[in-house]
Amino acid sequence: MSTTTPSSVAEPTTAIGKTADFLDQRTKVGVLAKQLVRKVFPDHWSFMLGEIALFSFVVLILSGFFLTMFFEPSMALTRYENEHPASMHGELMSVAFASTLDMSFEVRGGLLMRQIHHWSALIFMAGIVVHMMRVFFTGAFRKPRELNWLVGVTMLILGLLAGFTGYSLPDDVLSGNGLRITDGVVKSIPIIGSYLSYFIFGGEFPGEHIVPRLFTLHILVVPALLLALIGVHLFLMVLNKHTQYPGGGRTNNNVVGSPAVPAFATKMGGNFFIIFGVLALMGGTMAINNVWNYGPYDPSPVSAGAQPDWYMLFLEGSLRLMPGQTEYVIGGYTLSLNILIPAVVIPGLLFTFLFVYPFIEAKVTGDHREHHLLDRPRNVPVRTGLGVAFLTAFIILALAGSNDLIATHFSLSINTITWVFRFLFFAGPVFAFWITKRICLGLQRKDRELVLHGHETGRIVRFANGEYIEVHRPLDEQERWLRVNYDAHAPLEIEPATDARGVKRKGYKQDRRWQRLSRFFFEDRVEPVTPAELAAAHSHGEHDELESAHTAPELVSGSGNVEREH
Amino acid sequence: MKALAARRHHRSAPVVLLLLALLVTGGVYAALAPSPAKADTASTADIETGKKLFQANCATCHGPNAEGTTEAPSLVGVGAAAVDFQVSTGRMPMQMNGPQAEAKPPQMDEEQTAALAAYVASLGAGPAIPTDEQVDGSLGDAANGMALFRTNCAMCHNAVGAGGALSEGKFAPSLFETSDRNIYQAMLTGPQSMPVFNDANITPEEKRDIVAFIDEQREGSAGGLSLGSLGPVSEGLWAWVVGLGLIIGAAVWIGAKSS
Amino acid sequence: MSENQNPQPSRDVTPHGGDGTLAQADRFTDPGVPEHKPRLTDTDPRSAKRNERLIVLIFLISCLGTVGSVVAYFAVRPDGTTEGVRLSTLLLGVAMAVSLLGIGIAAVHWAKTLMSNHEHVEERHPSSSSDEVRAVVANQFKEGGKDAGIARRPMLLGSVGLALALFPLSIAVPLVSSVGGDWNVSKFRHTMWKKGTRLAYDPSGRLIRAADLTVGSVAHVIPDVPAEERETHHWITEKAKAVVLLVRLDPRDLKRDHREGASYDGIVAYSKICTHVGCPVALYEQQTHHLLCPCHQSTFDIADGAKVVFGPAKRPLPQLPITVDDEGYLVAEDDFNEPIGPSYWERLK
Repeated sequence: MSTTTPSSVAEPTTAIGKTADFLDQRTKVGVLAKQLVRKVFPDHWSFMLGEIALFSFVVLILSGFFLTMFFEPSMALTRYENEHPASMHGELMSVAFASTLDMSFEVRGGLLMRQIHHWSALIFMAGIVVHMMRVFFTGAFRKPRELNWLVGVTMLILGLLAGFTGYSLPDDVLSGNGLRITDGVVKSIPIIGSYLSYFIFGGEFPGEHIVPRLFTLHILVVPALLLALIGVHLFLMVLNKHTQYPGGGRTNNNVVGSPAVPAFATKMGGNFFIIFGVLALMGGTMAINNVWNYGPYDPSPVSAGAQPDWYMLFLEGSLRLMPGQTEYVIGGYTLSLNILIPAVVIPGLLFTFLFVYPFIEAKVTGDHREHHLLDRPRNVPVRTGLGVAFLTAFIILALAGSNDLIATHFSLSINTITWVFRFLFFAGPVFAFWITKRICLGLQRKDRELVLHGHETGRIVRFANGEYIEVHRPLDEQERWLRVNYDAHAPLEIEPATDARGVKRKGYKQDRRWQRLSRFFFEDRVEPVTPAELAAAHSHGEHDELESAHTAPELVSGSGNVEREH
Repeated sequence: MKALAARRHHRSAPVVLLLLALLVTGGVYAALAPSPAKADTASTADIETGKKLFQANCATCHGPNAEGTTEAPSLVGVGAAAVDFQVSTGRMPMQMNGPQAEAKPPQMDEEQTAALAAYVASLGAGPAIPTDEQVDGSLGDAANGMALFRTNCAMCHNAVGAGGALSEGKFAPSLFETSDRNIYQAMLTGPQSMPVFNDANITPEEKRDIVAFIDEQREGSAGGLSLGSLGPVSEGLWAWVVGLGLIIGAAVWIGAKSS
Repeated sequence: MSENQNPQPSRDVTPHGGDGTLAQADRFTDPGVPEHKPRLTDTDPRSAKRNERLIVLIFLISCLGTVGSVVAYFAVRPDGTTEGVRLSTLLLGVAMAVSLLGIGIAAVHWAKTLMSNHEHVEERHPSSSSDEVRAVVANQFKEGGKDAGIARRPMLLGSVGLALALFPLSIAVPLVSSVGGDWNVSKFRHTMWKKGTRLAYDPSGRLIRAADLTVGSVAHVIPDVPAEERETHHWITEKAKAVVLLVRLDPRDLKRDHREGASYDGIVAYSKICTHVGCPVALYEQQTHHLLCPCHQSTFDIADGAKVVFGPAKRPLPQLPITVDDEGYLVAEDDFNEPIGPSYWERLK
């Protein structure tokens, strides 16, 4: 449509103009640019949480490139000849470990880059988690964005994998024990466990292949997959256009915000530099994973506080909580449920929940429309409750994975803590769900109350008949619209079990199950205020300012009756 | 009533609620804190002075002749090193029952400690107090010390000696503040939960190497703030609180409308 | 409360001035985008100028940061010591942070104060393609299928499917069969301990006399092998199975061995590899005789056959039978009689 042929416009004179002309004559890039340059993005701080993950990933690639220049992924044994650190001088270690020490102590800026890289990894995963929380609690995963949610959850898993493979590369005692735990978990898998362990380590643990294998995964396979998925993620985001929070003028059919160029793009670019700057500050001032403290891998030692990075702590915690009695021998074969349940089943359940939730919610809602307006979390109490319950389970597991540090820092018994967490793992999420749902319903009622009766003003007025009332100020249009513009879904209606002729209907049972689930979601709900309700409230709510104006003749405003509390 | 309603919306309400929640947590914590278990040892230069001190301060638990009671172990044969360790770190005499005797300001001065040690040493042969040269880390080999520390000590005391948890509320203390002499004596005598590492297991030179390694750790971390040297959990906590805190703070600033 | 159960409520409120649906009677109408409020910089040119200067200043600070980091790189030559590396890391990191934060903060402030902040509205269109497009595409595929003759020539479809399904094997078979080494998983069953292997201290390799161990002491033990063998990969893999924890208890405290007659005069030797997931279990509490794993807190009672008293492990640690040879050194009487470390499916077969 907007194809510009060289003849139709004046010859470009500036350098930029010439370059643009050169490119466009060959690629028709103008069409794309036209679309992108003025694309409208809604402004909200919570829409920048995904940028945290994106930009820390960019920092990971930049700092990771630096590290690959100096790291040697080899498990060949060598003696460390450098004087520093003194505790490593003359030690036998793998080349991988020696090169890690070398880049930290001999390469100027090497330790800074290592630390930036590791801090970025922690922030990358944290960014993914907070971004997912925003998407989940506001219902941004609904149609048409279920696909992008799936891409996102897959990236979360790839992020875990990237972190895990990178963490084990220096071949130190701490990560070596992490690998050993992985080996133990893999071996517990029925039938194929031993062979899978050989598959990973190229023989018995630890062998001499694991570091090069992890290296290839860490710098090639996983980042390539992540990059591809980031591309898909952003493409879908642009294609579907960004969601927006509800508010005046924001509808399901539009996007209100600022255009990509210049304000939005400048802010986004600025955010990249701010995030990079914070990561550089952390890398420069706060020590992280100083592997020479742990020493080169040796299968005998282990250190107190043997934990993985934070995003793996939930697995560590779940392994810690599981009682050992659940290992069984069946027909001479060992089934280690004490490992399988915490290390395979529980993470499996957590991720399955993440993968299927959008589809379950769509099904119980019976809603096939597209959604581009976000939900306020309070308006979907059960979803919000489930999300908080999920986080509670995750946090309890992560805390259980830190139980030894909790024990020493709060002078508690590690055994007691373990028992408390065993109990909390079941009770905590249920309680969190229940209380969150109650809070949401309470907030919704409060919204209704506000819409119907307005703000308390603190002004007390006395009527002629001696009655005192407080004057309420009605909400302005924008305030009210925010609180009434939502749907309170009702539970699914299903067709009866038998048709008119009394013949049993196929699929009724399944429908019933969905209906039951739908009731769980939507039985308790607070409907938005309708104009009729508001009118009714005004007609008998004499204490509304609006009304009191109409009934002014009856009102005697005695001296001293009007007081302000604020 | 209205005042109450107004206060309910007060902006400090969340703070008050948070404080309440902390209070409740504190109560629960107090209820969960581990219950006491039992303790350990005590003793001097001039043996007579030591004996008097012993009978005044230690005999209640360890028995009038240090032969031990159901409360506390016999001190016959523990040696002067054990007494010096326990008394100079303030662990003995014990004041309070807890999962283990904890270090506190010493109750006795150096002379009294020496007297007690001499008295107990006179009861039966045991390890003597190491000489200053034996515990001088600057004479040791930190690399060998680290290899030994990693195998023998790090599982309880953490990779660089920051301490760690044991079962039932017991713990391996941080070594950052412990004197070189006390570190050496602890290996030699195996106080409380700690096993004994006698001179056949870890030779005197090796013990000094370990002291040298711990001394090196006191220089802090090459990477910057050590964050307690506690490993990935504390790193994760700092990443969330400081890193993500700053970044989200920036996001809020970027997203806010300017006035 | 539930008067509104309309399955198609009007979330899609038409913006002001739009045609289309009327606002339903039971819903409020959208008040429209709130009125744009100009910023101070929009109305006050002096304020705009002030902010412009501020932004320039922050960009310049960023330049100083970059220069600073280059200066720090050349000026602070770390000598490899802890303080030297720390200083260099600190200076480079802080200068880099100033440089980056300067750009970031200045850019954002520029966008926030000087670039237009008028709200723009962009229409959305349905995510799906139109019915005509769908029909055309479906038809094209149908035509394509007809052209290829898929329906008429089922053998063709079957064979192409088969070929495609099989071809990855030419890569996968060599890969998978080589990647696991010799696949001899029965190696899990044995360690390098055998009758007569002397016990040695880890890491020094000194031999251990029974008489050297005092009650309450613990020793981390490896099999006695020549020093040069301890510098090979083979050794690390063997060590991963062979490490043993040696404890001397008062014989009166020793309730039982896990393996009949495996201890010597209160000296017991247990595998150091946890039966849970394989961490080295090594936190020995001398007074309670409990052995705690720092990874997942499985607790074993050394005085009682290393049985599990707490935590996620099920089985006791395997015991190494020991005795004393003619010279008074501790020696193994045999290998472990069960695979050490974590459980696996065919462990007992």
